[in-house]
Amino acid sequence: MSLPFHLQVEKRLEEPPRWLPIVTSLGAVILSFLISGLILLLIGGDPIKTFQYFYNAAFGSWGALSDVIVKATPLLLIGLGCGLAFRMKLWNIGAEGQFYIGAFCASLVPLVPLMNMETTPRAVVLLVMALFGMIGGALYGFIPGFLKAKFNVSEIISTLMLNYVAVYWNNYWIYSTFSDAGFQMTKMFPKTAWLPRLADLAQQNRAFSGITLHLGVVFGLITAVIIWHIVNHSRWGYEITLIGDNPKAAEYAGINIKRNIILVFMLSGALAGLAGMSEVSGVVHRLQERISTNYGFSGVIVAWLAKLNPLATILVSFLFGALIVAGREIQPSGLYFLIQGTILFLVISSDVLLRYRVRFERTSSEAA
Amino acid sequence: MEHNIPDNQIAVEMRDIVLRFPGVVANDHVNFTLKRGEIHALLGENGAGKSTLMNILAGLYKPESGTILINGEPVSFNSPRDAIAKGIGMVHQHFMLVPTLTVTENVLLGLNEPRFLINLPEYDRKVAEIAESFGMKVDPTVKIWQLSVGEQQRVEILKALYRGAQILILDEPTAVLAPHEIQDLMKTMRLMVSEGKSIVFISHKLNEVMQVADRVTVLRKGKVTADGVDLQGVTKENLAELMVGRKVLFRLNKKAHTPGKVVLELQHVSALNNRGLPALKDVSLQVREGEILGIAGIAGNGQSELAEVITGLRVCEGKILINGKDVTNQSPKAAIKQGTAHIPEDRTGVGTAPNLAITSNLIMKTYDSPPISENWHISYSAAQEFASNLKRQYEIQAPSVHTQVNKLSGGNLQKVILAREISSEPRLIIAVQPTRGLDVGAIESIQNLLLEQREHNAAILLISEELDELLDLSDRIAVMYEGELVGEFPDEEAELNTIGLMMTGALRSPV
Repeated sequence: MSLPFHLQVEKRLEEPPRWLPIVTSLGAVILSFLISGLILLLIGGDPIKTFQYFYNAAFGSWGALSDVIVKATPLLLIGLGCGLAFRMKLWNIGAEGQFYIGAFCASLVPLVPLMNMETTPRAVVLLVMALFGMIGGALYGFIPGFLKAKFNVSEIISTLMLNYVAVYWNNYWIYSTFSDAGFQMTKMFPKTAWLPRLADLAQQNRAFSGITLHLGVVFGLITAVIIWHIVNHSRWGYEITLIGDNPKAAEYAGINIKRNIILVFMLSGALAGLAGMSEVSGVVHRLQERISTNYGFSGVIVAWLAKLNPLATILVSFLFGALIVAGREIQPSGLYFLIQGTILFLVISSDVLLRYRVRFERTSSEAA
Repeated sequence: MEHNIPDNQIAVEMRDIVLRFPGVVANDHVNFTLKRGEIHALLGENGAGKSTLMNILAGLYKPESGTILINGEPVSFNSPRDAIAKGIGMVHQHFMLVPTLTVTENVLLGLNEPRFLINLPEYDRKVAEIAESFGMKVDPTVKIWQLSVGEQQRVEILKALYRGAQILILDEPTAVLAPHEIQDLMKTMRLMVSEGKSIVFISHKLNEVMQVADRVTVLRKGKVTADGVDLQGVTKENLAELMVGRKVLFRLNKKAHTPGKVVLELQHVSALNNRGLPALKDVSLQVREGEILGIAGIAGNGQSELAEVITGLRVCEGKILINGKDVTNQSPKAAIKQGTAHIPEDRTGVGTAPNLAITSNLIMKTYDSPPISENWHISYSAAQEFASNLKRQYEIQAPSVHTQVNKLSGGNLQKVILAREISSEPRLIIAVQPTRGLDVGAIESIQNLLLEQREHNAAILLISEELDELLDLSDRIAVMYEGELVGEFPDEEAELNTIGLMMTGALRSPV
C-alpha cells in the first residue's frame, strides 16, 4: 500500500520560469497526437502511416507548404485581433462576421467599381481595398464595442449574433446586385484587384508555377510585429493589460475604460476585416458565399493556443493551417477535428501547470 | 515550561503540532495548553499560524504530526463534526449564517434534533434562555439580515453554545465591532468562563488581549515565542516584541504643524451607494495643507463612498473642489492631475492588478509621463528602474520587481500601494483603512509615512475604524454615521467615549 513517494500538487508561489509555457504547450500538442494515434489504433488504423500521410499532405511539397501558409494567413490576422481583445477580457467571437464585412467592403472597390480598374495602379487599388476591408471590420467591431461600453451588453452574445447578420448581409448583396449570372458568387475581380501571387512570377522562375502563396501573408507578419510592439512596448498596451487584469484598478488609475473597449473592438474587427480582404483578393478573387471555412472561430482557438502572444500566434496559425490542409486529405474527415479538439483541450488544461507544480515527495517519516 | 498545571484542570493540550502549506510551515512544532475556565489569548501577526492552529483544533485541518488531548484524552478529528462532539465550538471571522432565516433557525441548522416538525416557539425560548444566561441581547425570532454585525456574532456564539461547546474559539472577534460592542463581548466572555467554559481568543490587538485574557500564547512565523504566559507579569512592549521579533516603539513622530491653505473642500455632497440607497447626506468638509482630518465611523456608514466621490469613482450631487478647482463628477484623472493620491480600502480589488508584476503595479499612476513613457511608447527599463528604487526605498519584501503582487503578503501589498501613491508627492491623500489587517510593525511604518507626508504639507483625509489610530494621527476628527457628519473635534478635545457614542448614532452635536 505504501509507496516510497507520493505526488504533491501545490500552488506556485513564485513566477513560473519563462520557458515553461512553451514547454507545456509543446507537450500538450505532442500528447494530443499520441492520444489521436491511440484512437486511430483502436479503430483499426495505422497511426504511423496516417501521420506520415498527414505530414506529406501538409509539408510534402512546395505546393502543399504554400497551401498551408495561405490557410494560415486569415487565421493569423484573426488570431492577432482576437488575442488583443482577449487580453482585455473582451470575448470577441465575432471575427467571422467582421471577416465577412471586411471582405464585402473590400469587394465593393472592384465590383461597384469605386475607381477606374483599368487605369488606377494596382498598388493603389489594393491599398484602397485593404483600407476598405479594415474600415468595414472596424465598424462592425464598433457595434458590440459600443453596446458593451455604453449599456454593458454582453459582447459574447452580440458578436455571436452579428456573425449571422454579416453572412446574410453578404448573401443578400451577392444575389441581389453583384450576382454572376444568378450563381451564388459575384463576377471575377479584374486582375488589378488581385493580391500578387508567387505564381505570377512563374515566367521568370519555373519553380513558382502553380504556387498560390499571395501577399496576404506579409500583411499578417507585419501585423504580428506591430501588435507585439503595441502589447509590449506601448502605453496603450499597458492600459489594455491593466484593464484585462483588473478593470477597477484601471479606472482608479484614471484610464478611460469605455474608450478602450471600443478602440480594442475596432482594431480587433479591423484585423478580421483585413483577413477578409486578403481572402477575396488573394485567394477567391470574387465575393461569394462561404468564403470562410470557420476562420473566425478557428482564429479564437489560435489566439488561445498562442496564449495571446502575437509572435506565438504566427507559429500556431501555421500549425493550424497545416491541420486544415492535411485534414482535407484524410479519411475519416473527422480526424482533423479530433486532433484540433484534443490539442485545444490539452493546451488549455496545461495552464494548470503554470499555476501549480507537481512535486514528488518522499513519504514522510514523521507520519510513521 | 515554567507553568505546572494539574492535569485535571487542562481542557486542551496540543503537542508538537506540525502543518505545512505550500511554501510555508504554518505550524512548526507548536505546543498549546488551555486551562479550564480561562480566557487564553492567541496572539500573533497575520500569517503567524494562529487561525491554522485553531482550525486544527476545530477539526477543519488535519495536522501532519502532533497530538491533541481533550480533557486528557487523545483525539483525532476528521471533521468539524467530531470536534463539536468533543465540545469545541469555533466562531470564524467570516460568519456562516443564512441571512433569510431567523436566529433560532440558524442555531438549529444542521442538528439532528428537531427531526421533522419544528415547534419553533419552544426552541425560540431555549435559545433566548441561553443568550440571557450569558448576557447577550438577541431576539431569536428576527431574521439574520436584519441584525447588525455585532448581533450576528452573538448568533454565531449561540450556535456554538447550543451545541454544548465547553471550549470556545473566537477568531478575531473584535475586528468587526464598535467600541461598546467590544465591551459587551468581553462581559459575555467573562460570564462564560465563570461558568467553567474555556475560551481561546485569537487577536493581534495588544490592548484587548491585555484587557480580557488570563494567559497568552504568542506565535511568530508558525513557531511559539511565548507558551501560555501569565498576563500579570508582562507588558504590552514585551508582547509586541515577541510578536514581531524586534522592538516596537508605540511612539509616533507627530510634530506640531500649522496647517496652510485649503486643499480639499466638499460642499453639500450627497451620493448613493451601489444599491441605489443614500450613502452620503449633505456632507461638507475642508482639509488644509499639512493637516490630517480623521473620519471615524463603523464600516458601512458612507466612508467608502466619501472616498470614491472625491477620487472621481462615484457620481454625486454637490460640489467638490481640489486646490480650488471644481472636480465634481469628473473622471478619476481630474483628481489625479490635481495631485490626489488614493489609498483605497480594497487593496486587491481596486488598489492593484493582482496578476501583474510589482513594476506594472507601481507605474499605474506614472506610466503616461516621462521618464517611463514618451508619447505612445513605454520604456520598461525606465519603469523597472523606477520600481526597483521604490522597492528599496519602501522596503517591499519580494524576490524581484517581476513578482506578481498576488504573491505578496498584506503588508507588502499595502507598501506597494503606498509607494506608488506617496512617491508622486501628492497634495492630497485620501487614505481609507490604511492599516487594516496589518501587523504591528507594518502599522507603525505606514502611520509614520502618513505623518511624514503631513510634514511635507500634504492634506490628508484619513478614514479609519481604529479610534486609536485616528487619535494618534489626526489634527481633527469628524464622526460619520449613516452618511452624515455628526460631530467634529480638534484632536485635543476628542474623547474616546463621545466618539464611540456618536459612531453608533446615540449622540450627535451640531457641527
